[in-house]
Amino acid sequence: MNSMPFQPEILWTDFLIFVLIGSFLVFIVYTLRHEHLRVPWRQVARRPMAMASMVILLAYVAVGLMDSIHFRPLQEGQNPEAPVYSNEVLSLLDKAAMPLRARTEKTYSAPFAMQAYSKETVEYPDGGHARENPRLLYGGAHLQDPSERAADIVRRAGTATLAALGLWSLLVVGFLLSWRQSHEPLMQTVRRLVRGKGEFPWRAVLITSGILIILVLNAVYLSLYYHIFGTDQVGQDVFYKSLKSIRTGLVIGTLTTLVMLPFAALFGIMAGYFRGWVDDVIQYVYTTLSSIPSVLLIAAAILTLQAYIATHPESFTSATERADIRLLFLCLILGVTSWTSLCRLLRGETLKLREVDYIQAARALGASHLSVMARHILPNVMHIILIAVVLDFSGLVLAEAVLSYVGVGVDPTMDSWGNMIVSARLEMAREPLVWWSLAAAFVFMFSLVLAANLFSDAVRDAFDPRLRK
Amino acid sequence: MIGYIIRRLLYAIPILIGVNLLTFTLFFFVNSPDDMARIHLGGKRVTPEAIVKWKDDHGYNKPLLYNSGRPGTGKITDTIFYRYSVRLFVFDFGSSDQGRDIRNDISQRMWPSLAIALPVFLVGILVHITFAMLLAFFRGSYLDTSGVVLCVIMMSISSLFYVIGGQYLISMLLRLVPISGYDLGFEAVKFLILPIIVGVVGGIGASTRLYRTFFLEEINKDYVRTARAKGLSELRVLFRHVLKNAMIPILTGVVVVIPLLFTGSLILESFFAIPGLGSYTIDAIHSQDFAIVRAMVFLGSVLYITGLILTDITYTLVDPRVRLE
Amino acid sequence: MKRPGATRYALLAISLIFSAGAAASWNNPYPAAEAKSNILYSAFRERPKTFDPARAYSSNEYLFIAQIYEPPFQYHYLKRPYALTPLTAVSVPTPVYFDKHGRRLPHNTPAAAIAYSVYEIHIRPGIYYQPHPAFARDADGRYLYHALSTHDLAGIYAIGDFPRTGTRELAAADYVYQIKRLAHPKLHSPILSVMNEYIVGLRDYADTLKKEYEKIAGGRDTGVFLNLAKFPLAGVEEVDRYTYRVKLHGKYPQLLYWMAMPFFAPMPPEADRFFSQPGMAEKNLTLDWFPVGSGAYMLTVNNPNRQMVLERNPNYHEELYPAEGEPEDGAAGLLDDAGKPMPFIDKVVFSLDKESIPRWNKFLQGYYDRSAVLTEGFDQAIRFTGEGDTEVSDTMKQKGINLRTSVAASTYYLGFNMLDPVVGGNTERGRKLRQAISIAIDFEEQISIFENGRGIAAQGPLAPGIFGYREGQAGINPYVYDWVDGKPRRKPLEYARQLLVEAGYRGGVDPASGKPLSINYETPAIGPERKAQLDWMLKQFSKLGIQLVVRATDYNRFQEKIRKGDAQIYDWGWNADYPDPENFLFLLYGPNKKVGHDGENASNYDNPEFNRLFERMKNMENTPERAEIIHRMLEIARRDSPWIWGMHPKNFLLEHSWMYNAKLNQMANNTLKYSRLDPDKRAERRVAWNRPVVWPIVAVLGVLVVGAVPAVVTYRRREREGAV
Repeated sequence: MNSMPFQPEILWTDFLIFVLIGSFLVFIVYTLRHEHLRVPWRQVARRPMAMASMVILLAYVAVGLMDSIHFRPLQEGQNPEAPVYSNEVLSLLDKAAMPLRARTEKTYSAPFAMQAYSKETVEYPDGGHARENPRLLYGGAHLQDPSERAADIVRRAGTATLAALGLWSLLVVGFLLSWRQSHEPLMQTVRRLVRGKGEFPWRAVLITSGILIILVLNAVYLSLYYHIFGTDQVGQDVFYKSLKSIRTGLVIGTLTTLVMLPFAALFGIMAGYFRGWVDDVIQYVYTTLSSIPSVLLIAAAILTLQAYIATHPESFTSATERADIRLLFLCLILGVTSWTSLCRLLRGETLKLREVDYIQAARALGASHLSVMARHILPNVMHIILIAVVLDFSGLVLAEAVLSYVGVGVDPTMDSWGNMIVSARLEMAREPLVWWSLAAAFVFMFSLVLAANLFSDAVRDAFDPRLRK
Repeated sequence: MIGYIIRRLLYAIPILIGVNLLTFTLFFFVNSPDDMARIHLGGKRVTPEAIVKWKDDHGYNKPLLYNSGRPGTGKITDTIFYRYSVRLFVFDFGSSDQGRDIRNDISQRMWPSLAIALPVFLVGILVHITFAMLLAFFRGSYLDTSGVVLCVIMMSISSLFYVIGGQYLISMLLRLVPISGYDLGFEAVKFLILPIIVGVVGGIGASTRLYRTFFLEEINKDYVRTARAKGLSELRVLFRHVLKNAMIPILTGVVVVIPLLFTGSLILESFFAIPGLGSYTIDAIHSQDFAIVRAMVFLGSVLYITGLILTDITYTLVDPRVRLE
Repeated sequence: MKRPGATRYALLAISLIFSAGAAASWNNPYPAAEAKSNILYSAFRERPKTFDPARAYSSNEYLFIAQIYEPPFQYHYLKRPYALTPLTAVSVPTPVYFDKHGRRLPHNTPAAAIAYSVYEIHIRPGIYYQPHPAFARDADGRYLYHALSTHDLAGIYAIGDFPRTGTRELAAADYVYQIKRLAHPKLHSPILSVMNEYIVGLRDYADTLKKEYEKIAGGRDTGVFLNLAKFPLAGVEEVDRYTYRVKLHGKYPQLLYWMAMPFFAPMPPEADRFFSQPGMAEKNLTLDWFPVGSGAYMLTVNNPNRQMVLERNPNYHEELYPAEGEPEDGAAGLLDDAGKPMPFIDKVVFSLDKESIPRWNKFLQGYYDRSAVLTEGFDQAIRFTGEGDTEVSDTMKQKGINLRTSVAASTYYLGFNMLDPVVGGNTERGRKLRQAISIAIDFEEQISIFENGRGIAAQGPLAPGIFGYREGQAGINPYVYDWVDGKPRRKPLEYARQLLVEAGYRGGVDPASGKPLSINYETPAIGPERKAQLDWMLKQFSKLGIQLVVRATDYNRFQEKIRKGDAQIYDWGWNADYPDPENFLFLLYGPNKKVGHDGENASNYDNPEFNRLFERMKNMENTPERAEIIHRMLEIARRDSPWIWGMHPKNFLLEHSWMYNAKLNQMANNTLKYSRLDPDKRAERRVAWNRPVVWPIVAVLGVLVVGAVPAVVTYRRREREGAV
């Protein structure tokens, strides 16, 4: 048997992410085919802030997707005839960031440091002892003398920035060439771009991309030589941990809504459409669910899952799988606690819609309940669902941190901003302060949530009929 | 209206039964009575006999929902569910698995919770409305735009950062207030200042932005234009007409949380070591004290349902067109 | 003319703020009036579960009740090795041995021939209980509060709400009463199962009480009083008012250690009767929450949600600060108070403080008088001297903070489940695998990263200071360490890999499956803060090419797996009950297995030779022969490696300069009475350390005011436009 260098592994959340992307593509195609759906999107696209946010979101999504393609690498030093794959599940991101992953120090070090944060007793060959900050194994290891560090960082940052600017200019030039109308002088195209003319805010998009490219290239290049966000207690690179946390945040923000949507939509529409006892039952269910304090419900559910994992250890062979199933379960239970509000909204809207003439007409013409709901009501409440999805996203990302603090968040072995904050909190008592884990979590989380908030604002403004007038 | 309220209250009963059913099933899936016994008997030198004895003493030796070994109604009544959930309906929470009376504990811990939640709620509303009005007043100007951007930025920061940052800055660096703790009476003030500030500031972003839209919606209505046309100053228009009408969605939105103020805030209480009901709940989850968990779930549900009823009543009060039936 | 006025007021306010800031500290969590009182401030992390001396068995409960309840003996505060001294007893008794027929045996009889041992304990006369309503009597000598109705209880929420109190002299009968309480059917005393083995008649007594209790209770949950004085217990009798006897099966010298724990403290029957009245439990008025003792302190405020207060017991008997100790104690000032009556401190305030960071900060601010060292604050607090010893860092020195260290009588280890087919088994293959893993897991690194050096790597199950523990080369574990240059050094990894090859796992590959060996690691570590440690553990196993599957579960699930023997490698630890090697080695005694016996031997280790030696060793006095047997047992255990001998944690205690007489004692819990403090010095330091910094707030307000200017300008313009 010929051996592959890896064995693909599809985790549950990976699968759902691909389903999500699939449905997203279908949604795009559907939207493009329907003029009335394209109109509000065009309105979103005209907002420079929304488009700049989208560029940032796309960058996050790219990292998240790279981290969602998993495989088991070949165990090293094995017989190629009978390949043995590692128990450790890696992702494409792990592979790409292998230098970051592998270069762990012994314990804490500050961003861009060359020396460990805490002093150690060092034994000299002559038998003497001293307490000093030892040099790091990797951070700044290419330098002879600590005094060269500042100059080295500036030089490398300069190189990276120059390269980034070059790359960005290529992008801009490429864009200009394709954007240029036939026979238009190039200078005029440039002028159009600089003045922000045209339907689509290309200027904002290009500037954001430029900044993003500069930041990314700097981070990538410098992280090869330094720990740009420092290292944590066991010497892991904090930058790498922050990157790994992106997927966790995105999964919680998106999958939660994905899993709850079908239920919320189905029950909400059914309750409003059929009324009577169906309505009573559905209302009873969601009032009951929403009246339980959600933290308690989540805590109980997470504990239940742990009991299940503990009694079925054979189903989860790797730590990654266990962490993944817990993440999925957290999404499910967060979905259960959050579907009720959307359900209530849909029920109200459907109650109004079912009295509308054309739906009455469709019924009179003998259309089945199912087809009325699917073909007439659902499309008309779609905007509510869409707004709920984009608005919930940032709230869910933030909720993850709080749940981790309470102890019912994602698996402790999983990288997430919540876990980073919780463990960083204990570091706040150190003197001098270990601030970088907290800062890294803050920066990454804040930019994602801010971008999502700005984008969702634009979506809501475009789709909410109350605001559209 | 009284008839309506009574009907709503009756409707609450099946909901509460559903809530209990769910909590009991979930909890016992996780914690077998054996586990509970072990936790409460401690880690060292626990024998199987001691566990059986503990279960007998606390009534956890019965089936959860259905006792097939009993005749007639005993099948239902001689179970853990029946025994423990019926008592909840008369607010008899019994004693915790550790042996402390829960009602007593709740009545004690309710006050610290309120001491934080109520000021956070009231000061919060005041501050948020003030800011929202300022933004609405300066609508369209750079103040408004930068204010809204600031709001979005503030709501993009995790609440944990507000707490950590506040504690670090105010208590550790500036040494202005004690870092955590609680005291009775007037002494409590110095402990409450920081959590209240953190609670209010943490909510500014989202609420101010929401309330601003309420104000703007009102400002664009015809009657406001008329008032302005009559020559009323902008401030008077804002205070006399806009504020009054914008208060309707604000009030009806917040009424639902008023009863829940009693149960306190999980994060603020545990960060600042306030002995309220929020930290009580967290501790109960961690120590798996089921008696407290079911009491708190039940209490939370009752308060939530109360909040819903209050909301409906508020609607009729502020808007005479709405009638309850 | 408005503006100048406003400015003046603002300036006035600012100057007021500054002057106030200079005078007092705003962050004082205690009432200002207490500033110069003789009060010790301390913290507790979690609410204690019970203060009932028959049930309490954890350190956070002993923190309180050891100051309140007085068992007959205590550990000497200063002397090492730990030695028992009398507390309320006249002396520490020597047992008298009897054979099956009641004939007295000479003292040197071998343990196997002894059928019974009898301890006779004499109590000092003139010891009185703390003032308590349970003792209050009216003029005719009738108890005031022993027949309370619900009406009487209406305004009562705490013990302090009863207007009258009384006291009574301590009697031997109270000790007898408490031993009987160990068998009370409602109390579930954790040591009942151990004591059943030894105290004559206790097992039957528990059955008798259960029957009697059911008769009286008639289905009630609370408010049932079972008068234990009415039911005699065969093995425990009151000889006279100040003397009682305890009769044991066989020989059990460790009983005296148990009798230094609150389990054997006196319980006045009046208190039991008082708290058993109907209506009391509903108000949380129970022995679980309101202890009644004769100790140096009494509990006056019991709010487990916030604060506990211990106050000096006005009836406390005379007890003098010890006059002798270890040689260095005199120089350390620990004998300065010799011969003075204790306690020194009037009141101890314990505040509930769960979060470690606030606790640490309050200590640095002077609001807690002593603090255990946090790993997080370690670099700030501790500095290593050249010799690898520790002392406080310069910043701490400036504050006058002192450090006390002591190795705890505990052990944390990683256990192998000996029943597991892979890592267990008494075979050469299993043994070599275990030894290899033991070498690979670098506990020195673990201690330096995660414990910041607060511990020593273990060479075996015995903690230092326990009889049988050997220092130096004779005490190292030769299967993991080499003795190099006068120090133990972990064997090289190559050696571990070689062992692995010999065990049949070349390069960590399991020959049966051709896959890398995969081992499950059970740990109750859930919560993100433990992630770093789990990552570290993965790294240790990967050094051998072994894959570790971390199975972190909640504590319940974890225990269940250990009980069922489903684990492969697991985390565990043990805190000694008393300073005797038996209390550690029984953790490896076969008949004490978890699986099937529900004992404390979580590894299910069962080596016949070890078991035989244990049975011989357990009841011996501390003789050289016993030391030799222990040495042989350690050799067997080290070779079999059922545990990866992890570490013995070191306790570090930091204390402010105004505290005196602190010496860490791992066995004694009733140590508050020895402490002394200087309140004036503390008050002065607190003010100096806690001057509030106000200017940033003023600056922020200033910026806000400046920032409002454009708003005002806009407003004015709008008004003008509106007017036009």
